Amino acid sequence: MTVTDQPSTAAADAVEPPGNTGTPGVRRRRRREYLLFLAFIAPNAVLLAVFAYWPIVFNGYLSLTSWDMLSPTIPFVGLANYADMFSDPDFWAVLGRTVLFSGAVVIGCLIVGLAVAMLLNQKLVGRNLVRTVSFAPHILSGVAMGTVWLFIFDPQIGLMKVVLEKVGIAGPAWMTDSSWAMWGLVLVYLWKNIGFVAVVYMAGLQGLPTDLYEAARLDGAGPWTLFRRITLPLLSPVTFFVTVVTIVGTFQAFDVIAIMTNGGPGDATTTISWYIYKQAFQALDAGHAGAGALVMFVILIAITAAQARFMERRVHYR
Amino acid sequence: MKPLTTTLKYVGLIVVLVCAFIPIYWLLTTSVTSPDKIFQFQWFPTSIEWKNYVDGWASAPFATLYKNSVIVTLAGALIQVCVAVLSSYAFAFLRFPAKNLVFMVFLGAMMVPGTVVLMPNFLTIAALGWVNTYAGIIVPGVGSVFAMFLLRQHMLTLPNEVTEAAKVDGASHLRVLWNVVLPMSRPMVVTVIVVALVEKWNDFVWPLVSTSTDSMRTLPVGMMMIQDSEGFTNWGAVMASAVFIVVPVLVVFFIAQRQIIAGLTAGATKG
Repeated sequence: MTVTDQPSTAAADAVEPPGNTGTPGVRRRRRREYLLFLAFIAPNAVLLAVFAYWPIVFNGYLSLTSWDMLSPTIPFVGLANYADMFSDPDFWAVLGRTVLFSGAVVIGCLIVGLAVAMLLNQKLVGRNLVRTVSFAPHILSGVAMGTVWLFIFDPQIGLMKVVLEKVGIAGPAWMTDSSWAMWGLVLVYLWKNIGFVAVVYMAGLQGLPTDLYEAARLDGAGPWTLFRRITLPLLSPVTFFVTVVTIVGTFQAFDVIAIMTNGGPGDATTTISWYIYKQAFQALDAGHAGAGALVMFVILIAITAAQARFMERRVHYR
Repeated sequence: MKPLTTTLKYVGLIVVLVCAFIPIYWLLTTSVTSPDKIFQFQWFPTSIEWKNYVDGWASAPFATLYKNSVIVTLAGALIQVCVAVLSSYAFAFLRFPAKNLVFMVFLGAMMVPGTVVLMPNFLTIAALGWVNTYAGIIVPGVGSVFAMFLLRQHMLTLPNEVTEAAKVDGASHLRVLWNVVLPMSRPMVVTVIVVALVEKWNDFVWPLVSTSTDSMRTLPVGMMMIQDSEGFTNWGAVMASAVFIVVPVLVVFFIAQRQIIAGLTAGATKG
């Protein structure tokens, strides 16, 4: 085990509350407990400090430089990268694409996910099997399944073309068509996430108070009114949670994009995560990669904070 | 009226099942379809062509990819869960001034997106001389917030007398952790282990940027190598390669689906 890593006693003394009472024995035991606490959290603390918190600081600094990640000196350029990015229509296009992609996946997941959840919430034979199978796409490798979808979307021999032809539609070239590639990705992400969203909604549905429905039904409310006036409002914390999780996930979408489009054709599927990757590891432009990453970070923090505030308000309502 | 709505519900159920399952089905059937039959569309394979698996295996250094994926997944998940267990025990059972504040600082790391830390972490492992090593692939991913959180929540529900009694007996905290708390937290420990295994196995972007030679690549990165080197033309063999990546996770999922689903959706109900 990892208890070898002994923090200094000075640190423990510093945190000892002043005016300590108790016998020397009690105090010694307490101090040993503090030390043990530090030893137990030390591995995780070091890892999170080095690989989660420090990168934020380091990234912020790099965003103020113009560096090719190779040369020994790192030229400081102030806010030039930001000025550059925000005056570049291509970067705004990246942001717009990300919002479109994320929004489409979120809306699709919420609507279809809730519908599937309500269906699976009925007493139907085989619903557990359907629940399990529809969750499966969520845990399969995005690279492997992206490859399968690439084959499904193949304009010559793909399954999608055959199915669409059966209903009399001449399908697009999907991933090689710059106006359709994004919608192909949206479809893949819906497929990957709807089962997950449905399971989360099911947990929410099972927690709804049945007496409220009975009372409303006695008052003559129909199924649509019940849904709109009771189910939807009471599920709003779940909806908020799913929205935030899906936004965070789609902003970071990478593996499926990497295998299916490489951000293309042209820039048609270059979302913010692909943009950051490209700047850092293909263009070796640490400054723009850092600035792009910080913009993404700020957006995601703002969205998460909004959810946290919403949840707090809900607690006060009850 | 009543039988009709029931029928409609079952139709809906079948539609959901088919939509979710078709890509997986298509992966499996295409992987056993011979190259000349791929161009003639068929719902069900008329014959089974195992040669795709031989060709798929030869299209990339799969033996090495497998070895690396297994090492990175097992070591990564094991270390991560050990780290999580130790810190969750500390937060649940040990006294420390301003413990909740420290816990909040730990939880805050959950808000840090992987994409944002990608480049800085690459530079960090480069400074440590860890590029293209197992340490470089594994270590940045073993810090744990979510698993620690789930374990702590579970430990807080354990009856207090258990740990009190153990301590009165003069047992050290390590022994209490190992002999009492861990056995009583088994369902949650299993949950965080399988979730960690699945996540490490599927991880793509970090192994991609932290490795530079074929000898260190993992399976998902190998898939990308096939595409870069020969393109996806021999679809049967390509699908067989994808099966190599997907099947272990499918097997684990159908054994431990309850734990995986519970672990991955836990944030929703407890947040």
